[in-house]
Parts: sequence; C-alpha cells; structure tokens
Amino acid sequence: MSALSPICGWGRTSTVMADERLSENLERITREATLTRGLGRSYGDASLPHASGARIANSVLANRLISFNLETGALRAEAGLSLQSLKEIFLPRGWFTPVTPGTQFVTLGGMVASDVHGKNQHVEGDFGHHVRWIRLRLGSGEIVECSETVEPELFFATIGGMGLTGHILEVEIQMQRVESPWIWQRRERIHDVAITLRRLREAGEQWPFTVAWLDLLADGRDFGRGALMCGRWATRAEATKPLSLQVKRRAVPVDVPGIVLNRRAMRLFNAVQFKWSQRDSEGLEHPETFFYPLDKLLDWNRMYGKWGFIQHQAVIPCDDSIEPALQYFDLIRTLEVPVYLCVLKDCAHEGRGTISFPLQGYTFALDLPFRPDATQRAVDRLNEFVIENGGRIYLTKDGHTRAEHLRAMDPRLDGFNELRRRWDPEGRIRSALSVRLLGDTP
Amino acid sequence: MRAAVLGASQGMGRAVARRLAQRGDQVFVLGIEPEQLEKSAKDLEVISGQPVGWVECDLLRPETFGPALDRAEEALGGLDTVVITAAIFASQERLEEDTELLRNMLLANFTNTVLLCEEVRRRLLARGGGTLCVFSSVAGDRGRKPVVLYGATKGGLSKYLEGLDHRFRSQGLVTICVKPGFVKTGMTAGLKPPPFAGEPEDVARRVVRAIDRGKPLIYVPPPWRFVMMIIRCLPRFVMRRIKF
Repeated sequence: MSALSPICGWGRTSTVMADERLSENLERITREATLTRGLGRSYGDASLPHASGARIANSVLANRLISFNLETGALRAEAGLSLQSLKEIFLPRGWFTPVTPGTQFVTLGGMVASDVHGKNQHVEGDFGHHVRWIRLRLGSGEIVECSETVEPELFFATIGGMGLTGHILEVEIQMQRVESPWIWQRRERIHDVAITLRRLREAGEQWPFTVAWLDLLADGRDFGRGALMCGRWATRAEATKPLSLQVKRRAVPVDVPGIVLNRRAMRLFNAVQFKWSQRDSEGLEHPETFFYPLDKLLDWNRMYGKWGFIQHQAVIPCDDSIEPALQYFDLIRTLEVPVYLCVLKDCAHEGRGTISFPLQGYTFALDLPFRPDATQRAVDRLNEFVIENGGRIYLTKDGHTRAEHLRAMDPRLDGFNELRRRWDPEGRIRSALSVRLLGDTP
Repeated sequence: MRAAVLGASQGMGRAVARRLAQRGDQVFVLGIEPEQLEKSAKDLEVISGQPVGWVECDLLRPETFGPALDRAEEALGGLDTVVITAAIFASQERLEEDTELLRNMLLANFTNTVLLCEEVRRRLLARGGGTLCVFSSVAGDRGRKPVVLYGATKGGLSKYLEGLDHRFRSQGLVTICVKPGFVKTGMTAGLKPPPFAGEPEDVARRVVRAIDRGKPLIYVPPPWRFVMMIIRCLPRFVMRRIKF
C-alpha cells in the first residue's frame, strides 16, 4: 500500500503527491515518515510533504482518549482527536477547551503545532497556554515526553512549531468548565473601520469572545462596514433550551467554476450579510453558529474553484494608537486582488511557543482568491507593511510568503532552527513549508 | 444495550463502539493486537465513565470465539448485542499473487465469520433473542473485476445473514447486515477515495440507528444503495467492459 495520493492545503493552491499512511497505530506509521498531518486545514503548504512521493503519516485515526481527570480537567488524548469529537464528548458534560479556532475540523496535534488562537485571545491567550504535556517522536525515531519542566525547550518549540520538531503522538491539555453549552451573544452593526477597531478593544474588556467581520469590497463610505460579535458562555439561568449537537451540514459536491465567485458576487454577498445583520441584538446563540459558522458548509473551499484561494493573516502591533491598523486598511484598499472576507481580532498575549504567531495588536485574516502573479504581488505588499510595523504572519495560513520576508519579520527563526537541529541532526522532519521558508533540503 | 464489538480497536468497529459508549451503552472490546485493544478500551472508558473490558478474539483462530464471548458475557453481566466489523482486506492483485493471504482471507471473511455468528446465534437465542450486526460489503453485491475474491466472501456472507434474519427473527434474533461502500479507514488507506466516500463516525451513527430500529440491511454511506442498485441491473457484457 504505497500508492501515492494527491495532497493539498485548505486553500488548494498547490498539490503534492505523497505516500500518506493512515492508521490507528500512529507510533508505527510515524517511524518512517518525515511529517505528520491531521485534517489538513492549514491553508498553504504547512501540511504538505517536503518532496513529491515522500512518506508522511496522517493522525486522524489515532484519536483515542487516554485519560480525563474530572477534578482538575486535565485531558490526555492521541494527537488525531478532532475538536469536533472533543466537543461532542465533552460539551454536554460541561467541559470545553479554553481556546478554539474558527473550525472544529482540526486535530489536537494540529492545534498544538499551529498554536491556534480564537476569539478570546485577549483573555485566554493561545491553545499553547493550555497545553501541559506532549509525547513526540523525534527525527531520530526516539519517543520523548516534554512539558514546561521536562525538556522545556523542546516543549515550547513544539507549540506553534508547525510539526517540525517531531511527530506529535499524544497531548495533555487543560480543559475548562463551562456553565452551559450555549453562548450569550451580542451583535453590533458598525459603519466605520476606526470605530470597529476601537469598539473591538472596548468590548474586549467586558466580553471573553470578540471578533469583527468587515466588508472590504464596498465602495466609498461603505468600505469597512461590518459587524462586531461579542460572546460569553451563557449562564445556566439563561440557557433555557436543551442543546442539540446534531448539526445539519451541507457539502459543496464539486469545484464551483472560478467565474461564479467573482468580485461582484462577493460584493452582493457581503452587502446582504451586512443588511441582514440586525442593528444591535443580544441573545442565546448555538455554539456551532458562534464558533464555527463556516463548518455548516463542508468543503466550502471548493467555492473558490480550481485555482483555490489564499488566506493572509497578520498581526499588526498597536499599543494605544490604532494608526498602524488604519494604514493597513488603506493598503488593503489598493491591492490588485480583491479581499473577499476580512476577519479582525484583538490579540493581547504573545504566544508561549518559540515561533508562535500572536503578539499584542490586531490580527487581520484576509481571504483572497488565487490569481497567478497578482496574488504573489499582493502578499509581498502586505508582508512589507508587516515587516515595517514590527508585525508577524501566521504560518498556518501561509503559502506564498518569501523566505527573506519571513526572516525580516521574525528574528526567532535561527533559534528555532538551531533547536530543531539539536533534536534532529539529520534534518529528517520537514515539510513543504520548511523547505520554502526555513531552508530545509527538499 | 450490552454489546460486544469484534473489531473495536480499528476503523468502523471502533467508531461504532465509541458511539455506543457515548450514549451510555455498555461495551466490550474484541479484536487482535492487545496493545491497540487496551488503548481502545481505555478510550471507551473515558467516554462512557464506566469500566470497559477487552480480550483477544481472532477470526483466524476459531478456538478464541467461545472463550472471548464467555469473557464478554461475564464482564457485561449478559450480552444482548454482538457487532462484527472485523475482516481481512487486500487488493485483488495481492490476493491473486499470495495464496497464503488468499486462504486466510477466505477463511476469516466467510467460514470463520459464519462460525462465530453461529456461536453468537446459539447464545442469543438461549437468552431469548438479541441483535447480531455484521459488516459485509457492497463488494458482495455483484462479481466485479477489482474485488473478485474479497467480493465472493462478502457475497456469501450477505446471503447467510439474510437467511439468518428470515429464519430467526420471529424467535427474537435480529440480524443486521451492513454494506459499507468506500469508507476512509486504515483498511482503505492508500486507495483513492471515490465519490460518496464516507467517514467512520457517520457510518457508526447510521449503524447504531439501524441496530436500534432492527433494520435488516443498510448501505453506508446511503448513496451506495443507489449506486449498487444500478450496478446490480447492469448486463454482463457491460460489467465485463467497465473497470468498476
């Protein structure tokens, strides 16, 4: 069973043939592999093999729970456990992860490797802040355990380390008690980017979950109109309805021709989205709708057609002034590729991982359709701004950043590479991303 | 429900066991590779909050059937449901080359599976009935080029299961034949997923619902029912020409 299969990132911009192994026995299949991937939700090339035909392991069948401490909330499980399973098993019992990204179709191992963050970054930090222990197969084949106190350097390099320190086999995280499985949500409609930026900060002082969605396709005065969503777990008294986690999902069965999802269609979509969002509303919201609105449409990446799309996520440091963020909006306005979707979040905590993404500031996640050359130019311009302003980009989303740009924005890379070499002198563990950005041999 | 699941350490069997454990049913794990069995049992324990036992039961060693079922009955305090998902799968090309593998596949998937079902039948009838849920395959619906040998064992098994259901349902023994199409598990790893490829969790949800309702035959994922309906209607000269 050494057939090669085509593998691509979520953005579907590049495809690599790989000898991908799938088994419950992750220890066995990682022995000869150069990389382990999970559900493949990283947008660019982070989960792709370093070369065509390389052997990689897929962790999704290794999803068993190992232990759960009802007193402390410590959960230990195999790396392939999906956030969806975790939610279905633990949310009805009043437990959830303290940090969740915008999709539940990610694995525990992937959440560690990306050091994912969520709408509550300003309160809880990243997923990595809640990881207690990791069991890992190194490039040498040796299996080691690490934590804050045992092999801490390896532990922190693995958090947000894009799977490049070894194969993550098992993880222990700290779970959080939730009073009810429902979310109490407040929505505000906002017409102006500056107000959105300010309101996002203000709301963060009262609400654990905050996020803003902006329409960057609208012209003139409407540019940057959008909605601010704030939420917290509902109290038991507020959660009057029983919650069903059986969610009806629809799939996009085929690649939608690229011409369908064009600038005009997206403008209409955004306008409708904006008009339909009520001026101000507050009330109970299903956690699925609040955390994972796009998960209801399976394979939504096919909407972008065969060329695929990219997401560019950057954090722009802003202490007290919102000036840099406003300048970033001005830059986005002049890009030659339209930004279909913009999601804005408030970041307050730097990640714990050696090369974790978050910094104090605003993070901008931009969805752009892929157009040869034009997309590269757009990414370059965005990255030049990020470098100038002392920001960073999120490698999990990235597929088109130039190595010299990353080097200029992140002085931590040499230290990270040094650590990797110490644990993997032969440089066995690598990915398409590490070849592109970290100088690994293809 | 008190269920023993043969194949509960892998793929669809594990997904079914998980689904049962999650809603509070008592489960007992049967299969091969003790280390994997133990890990899977532990997983079910964490999910269900109650102890879950396991013991080796190998389709290639019929002498393990009786003792394994004894242990399951003992641990669960009686047994009302048995799910069998275990089987051997290999590509047609490999089976054509490797006679030893072929013999094992024929033995495990038909002869020994039927022997095990007969053992289960006796036990369940003795206690007044129960449910026997066995995974066959869409491969058994028609003689097809890519699954000549594997399909033959599943075809025989499907016929046996149908007969069993007709013969003993009035006495309380409900037999359920599950025919999975392509499902993304370790068994099909390395094969290119066709359209309508399913996930083990989704299959498990439908299988557990079929067990609850006593449905004698289900195709999973559901579109395979129609795919196979068409395949069954195709004349031989067409079947001889197509690769499917």
